[in-house]
Order: sequence, then structure tokens, then C-alpha cells
Amino acid sequence: MIDFLVAPLEYDFMVRALIGSVLVGVMCPLVGAYVVTRNLAFIGDALAHAVLPGMVFGFIVGINPAIAAIPTGVSVAVLIRVVSRRAGLSSDTSIGILFATMFALGLMMLAVVSTVNVAMEDLLLGEILAISPTEVYVSVGITAMVILGLFVLHHWLLFASFDPVGSQVVGARSNFVDYLLLAMLALVIVIGIQAAGIVLVMAMLVTPAATAYLLVRRFVPMMMVAAVIGTVAAVTGFYVSYYFNLPAGPAMTLVASGIFVLVVSFRRRTIA
Amino acid sequence: MKFAPDPHSASMSLQDVTVELDGHMVLSNVTFDVHAGNLMGVVGPNGAGKSTLFNAIAGLLPVRQGKVTLHRVDQGGGALAYVPQRESVNWRFPVTAMDVVMMGRCCRLGWFRRPGKKDRELVNACLGRVGLWDHRSALVTELSGGERQRVFVARALAQEASVILLDEAFSGVDVGAQEGLVEVLRTLRDEGRIVLLATHDLTNLASRFDQVLCLNRHVCACGPPDQVFTSEVMEQLYGAHGLGLTLDEERQ
Repeated sequence: MIDFLVAPLEYDFMVRALIGSVLVGVMCPLVGAYVVTRNLAFIGDALAHAVLPGMVFGFIVGINPAIAAIPTGVSVAVLIRVVSRRAGLSSDTSIGILFATMFALGLMMLAVVSTVNVAMEDLLLGEILAISPTEVYVSVGITAMVILGLFVLHHWLLFASFDPVGSQVVGARSNFVDYLLLAMLALVIVIGIQAAGIVLVMAMLVTPAATAYLLVRRFVPMMMVAAVIGTVAAVTGFYVSYYFNLPAGPAMTLVASGIFVLVVSFRRRTIA
Repeated sequence: MKFAPDPHSASMSLQDVTVELDGHMVLSNVTFDVHAGNLMGVVGPNGAGKSTLFNAIAGLLPVRQGKVTLHRVDQGGGALAYVPQRESVNWRFPVTAMDVVMMGRCCRLGWFRRPGKKDRELVNACLGRVGLWDHRSALVTELSGGERQRVFVARALAQEASVILLDEAFSGVDVGAQEGLVEVLRTLRDEGRIVLLATHDLTNLASRFDQVLCLNRHVCACGPPDQVFTSEVMEQLYGAHGLGLTLDEERQ
């Protein structure tokens, strides 16, 4: 059994892939706990698609695409709220407009710049086995920033998530906290895309957190359980990918979904 | 736990407050004063502008003209506490009564300070004052409507707020629990806080509030309940249907 687990780690790229998988498994569900309880799933999906032009720009100018995706994701996250507020549109509408616009922009950039050789399938479905040392460093840096942000802002995030109106009354900070939460969401999406791709990163954000929501009562334990489920799904997906030569992103997604189906078949939560 | 900042001398005054939403006048020239030690009911039909008034006082909506002034109260971020309508709370979010009351400490803690022993003691004391210490570890969704409102009042206490606004606090709360809530609010009033409670429920109103503001996009009347509930005011509030709703009938 130990040989089974250790064998892939003889190669440096597999060690990097395992580190990347664990970071995805921990970070996406930690922020995903807010996504699930605040109905932000659509915004998460939109941000994942909206970083495409940033990544393509990275390929064009020779910057690591994960690094290039960071400012794009954070900008779009902030822009979604700004457009909603300024135009008086619902968040869903603003998200729909920006998500489609940015994804289309990314596709047009790929079509126009023919000199760049990008595997579209890797972008859409992720390729954790190809994660570079730079991308591991970026993921570790993002992990540190987001964990610090979640820890420092914990009480403000709880307040703004539970009672958005009441939290606004006690200060303009709560708006700022919402912007920071969206920025953190954009950052973990950048980590998640490397493993699960643009299309499936949503699964790592939502499924482990939704499963944890059914299993535990309080928010902080929910975050912890979600991170454990996410890590189990990501690492299992990693080994499945190695031993069966299957894509890691879909494997992680199916493991997370399998755990969810198992839990939802005997647990449910009623909301008063 | 005692409420420190200058009890019994604070006041809030609104002068000619006018609020527009999407080009429509929602509140027009609202003027009234309320002093510390008053429990004021804000009554009016649906669409009368009660929530808009609270939002304007709380700074959530811009005031087109006029001004809201708080006198002799702590002007920090926590001076004013807002207990929202049931619909604007995210009940899906899994927090306990203690978590909710601790939210009241946010504006006192600032960005980087984490709640300490004193904050936890204060939160426990606030839950004790509203009679919910035994329920401190319960999820708010597991509490009854009245208990939930008392958790929000405990949060306002933890915030050390001078002015407490409760929007439709009786909604979804049975009569017995309403009385319990009013009892808690009276103790806050006696400490020198200003408490405003918006409701469209006129049952037993006279005995509950010290002052009543009758609102229907403008101030129809403001004063002690036995003075403001005249047939003219009730007609202004509820039209022809209001003519039968005089105070005497309410008392019955």
C-alpha cells in the first residue's frame, strides 16, 4: 500500500502535482464554504471563465499564466460588484455579462494570436501533472495570503455573510470585506484552475463545502470538514490520474461528487 | 454590564428628512425628535416608508434634503445598531446565537484584533440579559422568532449601541414572545438608550411604547399613544378602513 502511494513521488513533477492537488483540495473548499452559504456559486463559475484572457495574455507575453490570471480574476471580481451597484442590475445579470464578455475575449485572443501554442483542453480541464515549480510557488503564496485573510477577517466575514444590512450599518468596512472575499475567491480559483481547469474548478469550490454543510452544524467546523473532503478528493484524483492515465480534474470532481452523493443519501439539512 | 455614554441626555433629531428612490418621493419632510429613555413605535401601513426611514437614519440610503442628528451619543461606528427585517438575513448561514452576538463586537475590535476574554464575557452577559444564555450554542435557525429577535437585541447590547432600530421586529413573533421582547427593550430604554421599533401590528400598541410616530410617507402624528391615535390620524394612515381603528378599540 505504501509503495502504491509513494511510487509516483519518485518523480519531481509528481511531487509538485501532489503539492498542487493538496493546495487545491484545501483552499477551494475553505473559500467554497462562503460560496455555498452565500449563494455565490454562479460568481465562482463566472470568475473561473473570466480569467481566460489573463491566462492567454500570459502565454502571449511569456508570463506564467497562473500569475497573469491573478490580476484578471481579482479585477473581474471587483468589477462584478461595481457594475451591479452602479447600473442597479442584479448580481446575476452583471455576472452573466462580464463572464461571457471575458470568456469571449479570451477565445478571440487565442484565435487572433496564432503564434501561441496553447492546449485549450488543459485550460478547460486542468493538467495538474504539468504544474511547474513557479506555479507551485504561486499556489503556496496564494494559500498563505488567503488563509491570512480568512483568519484576520473572520468575524467581519461572518457578519457580512449572515446579516449584510446590519453589517453595513456599523461601517463601510463590510462592503470592503465583500470585495476582499471576492478577491480571495478569484485567487483560489487561480489555484484550482491548474488542477481542475476552468470548467471543473467549480466542483472543487462547491461540492466539498456542500457536503460539509450537510455533515456539521457550525460554520468553522464546516470549513474544516470541507477542506478534509476536498483534500481526499484531490489526492484520490491525483493517484487515479497517475495509475489509470486519466485526466486529474475530472477524477477529482467525480470523487468529490461521489462523497456528496453518499452523504446526501442519508443526511439533509432543513432551513427555517 | 452597564451602558456608559451619558445616559438620559442623548437624543436623535430628524429635520425635514426627504428621501427619494428611483425618482419617487418615499419620505417627505419627516421631522421629529426622540430623547434617550424612550421606546418609540413607528407605525404605518405597508409602503409607508418605515424601512426607508430606518435606512435613512442608519445611513444606508442618501437623504435628499434635511438631516439626521445624533446628540450626545458615542459617534463611533457602533453608535447605531440595526435589527433587520427577517427577509434580509441569510438564514442559510450556519451561526450560533453566540456567533451572532459576537458580531456586535466587530466595530469595537477593528480590523486586526481578535475577540478576547473580555469580549466573550461581554457576549455571554448580553445573552444572559435577554434570557438566552442557555441557548448560546444553538444555531439561530433552531430558535423561535422571538428568540431570534432577542439574539439581535443582545448583539446591539454587545455593540454598546446608543440607538437601536428594529425593523418589523414583531413579524413572525407570537404575542407572548412579543411581550418578552418588549420587556427587554424597556430595560434598554431605562438605561438611556433610544429604541425605535417599526411595526404594522397595532395590537396593544398603547401599552407598549412611550412615543408613537405615525408615518405614511410623511409624519401624520408623533407623541404619546393616547394622544396620536385619533380617527383623523388613523384615516391618514389606513384610509377609510382606518376610521374604525381608534385607540379604544385597540385596547379591547
